[in-house]
Amino acid sequence: MSDKQEKPNKNSRREFLQNIGMAGLGSILGGSAIWAGINYDNKKTKNDRIRVLTAQNELVEVERSQVKTIAKSTQETFTYLQQRGRDGIAGKRWVMVIDLSKCRNARKCMEACQSAHHLRPEQHHINVLKMQETENTPAFYMPKPCQHCDNPPCTAVCPVDATFKRQDGIVLIDNERCIGCRFCIAACPYSARVFNWAEPLYSELDKDTVYDVEKNVPQRKGTISKCLFSADRVREGKLPYCVSACPNGVYYFGDENEDAVTNGTTKETVRFKKLLADNGGYTLMPELGTHPRVYYLPPKGKVYPFQDKDREEAAEHLG
Amino acid sequence: MLTQLKIEKITSDLLKPIRLTKSFLIWMGFLGASLLVCLFAYFLQLRDGMVVTGLGDYVSWGMYISNFVFFVATSLIGMLISAVLSLSGQKWATPLARIAEIIALAFAAVAGLVIIMDMGRPERLLNVFIHGRIQSPIVWDVTVVTIYVLVSTLFLYIPLIPDLKICSEKLEKLPPFARNLYKFLSLNWNNTIEQKKLIKDSTRVLAIFIIPIALAIHTVTSWLFANTSRAGWDSTIFGPYFVSGAFVSGCAAVIIAMYFFQKNYKLQDYITDFHFNKIGQLLALVSLVYLYFNLNEYMVPGYKMKLAEAKHLKELFSGSHALLFWSTQLLGLIIPIILLLFKKMRKSGPLLIIAAFVLIGSWFKRYIIVFPTMEHPFLPIQNVPLNFKIYTPTLVEILVTIAPMILVLIIITILSKIIPIIPIHETIEQLEELEENKK
Repeated sequence: MSDKQEKPNKNSRREFLQNIGMAGLGSILGGSAIWAGINYDNKKTKNDRIRVLTAQNELVEVERSQVKTIAKSTQETFTYLQQRGRDGIAGKRWVMVIDLSKCRNARKCMEACQSAHHLRPEQHHINVLKMQETENTPAFYMPKPCQHCDNPPCTAVCPVDATFKRQDGIVLIDNERCIGCRFCIAACPYSARVFNWAEPLYSELDKDTVYDVEKNVPQRKGTISKCLFSADRVREGKLPYCVSACPNGVYYFGDENEDAVTNGTTKETVRFKKLLADNGGYTLMPELGTHPRVYYLPPKGKVYPFQDKDREEAAEHLG
Repeated sequence: MLTQLKIEKITSDLLKPIRLTKSFLIWMGFLGASLLVCLFAYFLQLRDGMVVTGLGDYVSWGMYISNFVFFVATSLIGMLISAVLSLSGQKWATPLARIAEIIALAFAAVAGLVIIMDMGRPERLLNVFIHGRIQSPIVWDVTVVTIYVLVSTLFLYIPLIPDLKICSEKLEKLPPFARNLYKFLSLNWNNTIEQKKLIKDSTRVLAIFIIPIALAIHTVTSWLFANTSRAGWDSTIFGPYFVSGAFVSGCAAVIIAMYFFQKNYKLQDYITDFHFNKIGQLLALVSLVYLYFNLNEYMVPGYKMKLAEAKHLKELFSGSHALLFWSTQLLGLIIPIILLLFKKMRKSGPLLIIAAFVLIGSWFKRYIIVFPTMEHPFLPIQNVPLNFKIYTPTLVEILVTIAPMILVLIIITILSKIIPIIPIHETIEQLEELEENKK
């Protein structure tokens, strides 16, 4: 009985002493925390604050630690130019028509393209080929850009989404993402893709250039490059580099939705479907099911004869 | 009593190779030095870009990709010998199971490195995991090869547990940390009936699991090619064609490994003429299957001679690649099959030579599957330098190709020096079973 009475007494004494100790320690800790906090606040520099433009168009300054992300924008993984380049231009379906009867193998298209995209002389986004399909059929010159297929085998095989099909039909390449596996080269039946085997020619010059997906400049070592349908020019409402550079009226470029294509040389705009219908338009290797966006008009009634010096090269591929 | 003596002899015989020897150090020194030379070549490629290789915009896959296919192919043998043969009750393969598993693991693990060597931007490898797209066969390949490496590791490890215990107890002159490591890895193995059942069951489950995974890795690898429309690759039988070819190169690799382990580790009592005879028969069988697929792969398009295929086949049969093509087919497949039909040829010596030809032939077979197709795209190759039209590998490229081969040899050699190359526990078990049956 007496035991029971004694214990609470002892405890309350001990508790009292403990409480005093705790209170003392607590106030010391609390005081030093406040002091440290004030000190920390005083030491804050410009770098700890961030300027934010409010919806009311007011420029305010807040502490960096107070900023809370509400929604992550996709632009965190992509730069503005990358995102814009991936989205494409809404409402457009770009097409190209190449009139083989007018090609004189002037190669102005190749030159313009190579200089615009900072390519090496052996790298062709567009390549004028000397073609002959069978022994008795005539040889002809055939400019061959990327076909910007609607069912592109190259984008399907890309393991990292470095090459993609945009809503406006253009197939582009993001060389900041590309791992250089070259599966797309293997998959492309039109040999439309090139690789930067070495340091690109203009890498020193382009050192400070911000990468633009729509131009694929600067080129990067160990990544793919390809014809872009001059997505950068198209965004400005201009015709592609090759189309404008052609002196012979070979190229038409335009929007399938508007059913209108413009000739790069004469600047004449014609109905896309009618142009194909009147001239027997076709696509390359339709049997592969790739659905190219580049159409050809046959080399009928050529204004420029196939050159004898080119015959041998054209015949090489006959097999 | 007699059995006990035998068990002790088996244990000491099979543990004997696990020690540092002078020849091991010399061999490793040689491998290490060669690897350094090859790595320097890879450094050049990293520094200057892939321009140091013979690749170009048309033949953009060459030696490296062939090497990758070869490595994946050879790794399939683990599945054939340790899973298919053991599940079908082929007891003769028991002593070879571990050799096959080590080869499988080494080749599969290194295959991952081989593919990195082919990348233009190897530092962006993680993109495949961060931004991987499910419709790309490369992503399928990365997935299944990783799974295969993991499952193969387990498949090597689990039957090894009893042997690790034996190692920790019976190995002499072992530094304490190594003894502890063996002990730790043996997971308290006490040879109880319960544990034996556990190991047996889990090995069986793994053996069943590994079959579809192994089939998947090489089928998917074949789809890297077959999923394009190129002449020579656009084929529906590429999956089984590659898988059957894989067993050929794997079998040859196991035979070569058997030969050297038998000779250098003095395992004549465990790897006998009987085993060489049996695996010789196995090689003949898988080669015949592969020959059948070869016939299909070349005869069917060869009969039709569609334009693109015709160009490709003409180059192989009678054109610029004819020498390579026919010597690969004859020396690496057809003549070995004929020789293997004779019992005399299935003894260790002749079999080693045949296996060497088959293995080298297997490598070149992948090589002629990969690059000639790329030399003949649908549209003509024009306005580019000559080296874009005709693929000639450079010295740097060859050295970079050899690097993973050296790495595989290093892995196999080291593994054979730290674990018993012939399963001790299983050999003893088989012996006991034999004694039991005699009574």
